[in-house]
Amino acid sequence: MATVTPEPQALSFECETGNYHTFCPISCVAWLYQKIEDSFFLVIGTKTCGYFLQNAMGVMIFAEPRYAMAELEEGDISAKLNDYEELKRLCLQIKRDRNPSVIVWIGTCTTEIIKMDLEGLSPRLEEEIGIPIVVARANGLDYAFTQGEDTVLAAMAARCPNEAPEEAEKKERNAIASLLNFGKKKEEVEAEESAYADHPPLVMFGSLPDPVVTNLSLELKKQGIKVSGWLPAKRYTELPVIKEGYYTCGVNPFLSRTATTLMRRRKTKLIGAPFPIGPDGTRAWIEKICSVMGVEPKGLAEREAQIWESLEDYLQLVRGKSVFLMGDNLLEVSLARFLVRCGMIVNEIGIPYMDKRYQAAELKFLEKTCHEMGAPVPTIVEKPDNYNQIERIKEIQPDLVITGMAHANPLEARGISTKWSVEFTFAQIHGFSNARDILELVTRPLRRNNSLNGLGWENLVREGAKHNI
Amino acid sequence: MKLAYWMYAGPAHIGTLRIASSFKNVHAIMHAPLGDDYFNVMRSMLERERDFTPVTTSVVDRHVLAGGSGEKVVNNITRKDREDKPDLIVLTPTCTSSILQEDLENFVEQASLDSKSDVMLADVNHYRVNELQAADRTLQQIIKFYIKKARKHGNLPAGKTAKPSVNIIGMTTLGFHNQHDCTELKKLMGELGIEVNLVIPQGAHVETLKDLPKAWFNLVPYREVGLMTAEYLKTEFDMPYVDITPMGVVETARCIRAIGQILNDMGQEVDYEDYITNQTLYVSEAAWFSRSIDCQNLTGKKAVVFGDSTHAAAMTKVLAREMGIHVVWAGTYCKYDEEWFRREVSEYCDEILVTENHGDIGDAIAKTEPAAIFGTQMERHVGKRLNIPCGVIAAPIHIQNFPIGYKPFLGYEGTNQVADLVYNSFTLGMEDHLLEIFGGHDTKEVIHKGISADSDMDWDREAKELLQKVPGFVRGKVKRNTEKFARDRKIALITLEVFYAAKEAVGA
Repeated sequence: MATVTPEPQALSFECETGNYHTFCPISCVAWLYQKIEDSFFLVIGTKTCGYFLQNAMGVMIFAEPRYAMAELEEGDISAKLNDYEELKRLCLQIKRDRNPSVIVWIGTCTTEIIKMDLEGLSPRLEEEIGIPIVVARANGLDYAFTQGEDTVLAAMAARCPNEAPEEAEKKERNAIASLLNFGKKKEEVEAEESAYADHPPLVMFGSLPDPVVTNLSLELKKQGIKVSGWLPAKRYTELPVIKEGYYTCGVNPFLSRTATTLMRRRKTKLIGAPFPIGPDGTRAWIEKICSVMGVEPKGLAEREAQIWESLEDYLQLVRGKSVFLMGDNLLEVSLARFLVRCGMIVNEIGIPYMDKRYQAAELKFLEKTCHEMGAPVPTIVEKPDNYNQIERIKEIQPDLVITGMAHANPLEARGISTKWSVEFTFAQIHGFSNARDILELVTRPLRRNNSLNGLGWENLVREGAKHNI
Repeated sequence: MKLAYWMYAGPAHIGTLRIASSFKNVHAIMHAPLGDDYFNVMRSMLERERDFTPVTTSVVDRHVLAGGSGEKVVNNITRKDREDKPDLIVLTPTCTSSILQEDLENFVEQASLDSKSDVMLADVNHYRVNELQAADRTLQQIIKFYIKKARKHGNLPAGKTAKPSVNIIGMTTLGFHNQHDCTELKKLMGELGIEVNLVIPQGAHVETLKDLPKAWFNLVPYREVGLMTAEYLKTEFDMPYVDITPMGVVETARCIRAIGQILNDMGQEVDYEDYITNQTLYVSEAAWFSRSIDCQNLTGKKAVVFGDSTHAAAMTKVLAREMGIHVVWAGTYCKYDEEWFRREVSEYCDEILVTENHGDIGDAIAKTEPAAIFGTQMERHVGKRLNIPCGVIAAPIHIQNFPIGYKPFLGYEGTNQVADLVYNSFTLGMEDHLLEIFGGHDTKEVIHKGISADSDMDWDREAKELLQKVPGFVRGKVKRNTEKFARDRKIALITLEVFYAAKEAVGA
């Protein structure tokens, strides 16, 4: 044993070539059209975009989704056709067939390159057809995967009303409050109001499934914190009121632009907290909100301990195991921090884009967690290079690689266990009660390994095959 | 601009990537923005590929947009050359690069100075061709490149193989049941005494491509991929080719006869008639199936067919000519090949539909109300909504269409598989129909969990006999419905009258 404790290491950051696999950011329509029930998403792009959506969304495509491609043809590219007239024709068709409360235009690589002025066209068309049109440039030139949601929410932030609407409308708009009140009488609601501490209005941002929204709102309610609204809400018509001086807080690590927009354009104050992923993250998130709101948090330590206790069976499987995150969805830092707390050793955190300001609290929390757990502090590799990463994986032989589907089967065939990263974006992973779901995902390959143990067919690639690692 | 929810054929670069990654040791580099490498996911998932898909991206990002790709593409090519030492690197343009109009040809030239690999630019226009056309072109382009190269180096082999031999052209990765078809065709060639010279592109090495002219003839089993290559080899080396898809008993025989004709013209005296007869009558079960009572029951049943040209045309002929099924309409999404399709199927169906719009097809199915659909995954879902069974016969396909069991569509084993597919689709429909007649799917009140015959109700002898006559697979349900009917009306003994009354009540 060393007698001198070395200075705790600090996080180190690297940046590679950006040659990595991830989903195109237009994939955000897949979950946003389901979240915002009265929306219609129109992706203005080419066959390539359409093919990606069609294949990435699997069976969802057959369920008459509220999204479509405005497929650009040669005439659109060469400007033989008039963009405005073409979009008008398509949007009128959408209005006729679906009558949505908002049409979201998703700009793509092609609209960027041919410089189609979507932001310029939309206000005119909006007025002409009478449906709000929100423009989000979620393209592969600038963004990766989940950042698509960030561009949409940043655009939506501009549409949030400044003033509380008239009484009649208010009831409909204030969905979260009525959800939490469960149709109680007015007196009861007033009594409930007094259960909240007196604090400035707080608006959350980030798209989460409704059960998770309710769960997190109730979690804050226990501390006397009232969530005044959520961006996005269930319906476009229920977007929250945002006024100067309101507080805002993010629930996902990929929402930098939305945070920036809320601060700069809507003059709100951002609460920089770790993200409510894992019981440790959830507690830190609530504590930070409480501290900003001047509320003394209560019972959180017990709550966290209780959750950890309920995870013990899964923790036994992961303790001491190593994990390598190749990086494709920006959840990586939060996941890694949670997994270190679970007793895992994180070899590398690949991440498409690292906003050190927006993720500051999470990064600090990661560092602290590593020190507390006596775990090595992992390197964060921004814009990773998948080829180099495979070389490093070959070298390290981690117990688990969290990666995209392009690499999962080839790695498994080489005896390296993998977990498909995209599942973390679609599963419910936020809050205390969903911690089990994260570990359910993480331990699945490990449990599979235990079930198939001793069969002698872990490495299934012929000698001399390419990348035989 | 076109409002689109679904497309049957993918964008051009997918076709190029399918060809490139079918070859061994060929690497494709896409000139594309981040996220366009979805091909790798599809190949890894659908084909359950054990190896890394040899496709990478030279990423087009904001910087490229501002200042051009410059050295980036060249560097990516030479880097891949060092890392993987491929025989060939195919630079693949995408929709993005085709609008950027960068001089990719120039990058290829620069890169080939420094690489040991051959480097080429796939010559496909994103806005003019789709996945299938691009695949056809890229295959021809690669073949041309290596024939020219061999000619230049003077190592193009002269003459033909000693024994009759064939090149099988058009087997690709992510092709519908291609791997199984390939095995079946090799077996067929073996039985005909024909050596397989080369199979391309699946599993082929580019350095062997110079041996293509050694084959006596080419076989192009699919309409979509390989014809351009066969045409090129015909012009260049006067190689004959057979482009009859050996799918179904009649077409397989026709394909074999065409092969026999070619070999005879080349001075080989072959007679395949005995082989065809023997296979048709005794080896393949499909001919016998068409005479059996099972198939008789399908006579005149209505079906619709939709898919790529190859499979839709072949399926239409099998249904109409070999099984006596009434094909109300047959269609394809290969619009560019409309004329051929019309010629092939016009005498076997009432109507022909050529469209890329899945909505038109859905409407046509709903209007026709066929007893079974043979189409793509999209038609399968239309079938689900309308309660019509569907056999999947063409791409677009899902992971369940990449079976690990042996399931060719071509050759004599293919005829067996197709017969099963057709028969199972129809019987399912029939079963469903019978269930409907005898009281529907959902018995809301469950009386017995099992389908055992004992119960507390009394049946008189005649009623019991009649119950035994109900087809086995619905008998349990009929019994439960009848007993429920009797119990609700406090009838103690089930007689014939009660039985029929119950049937009527449930039917109403």
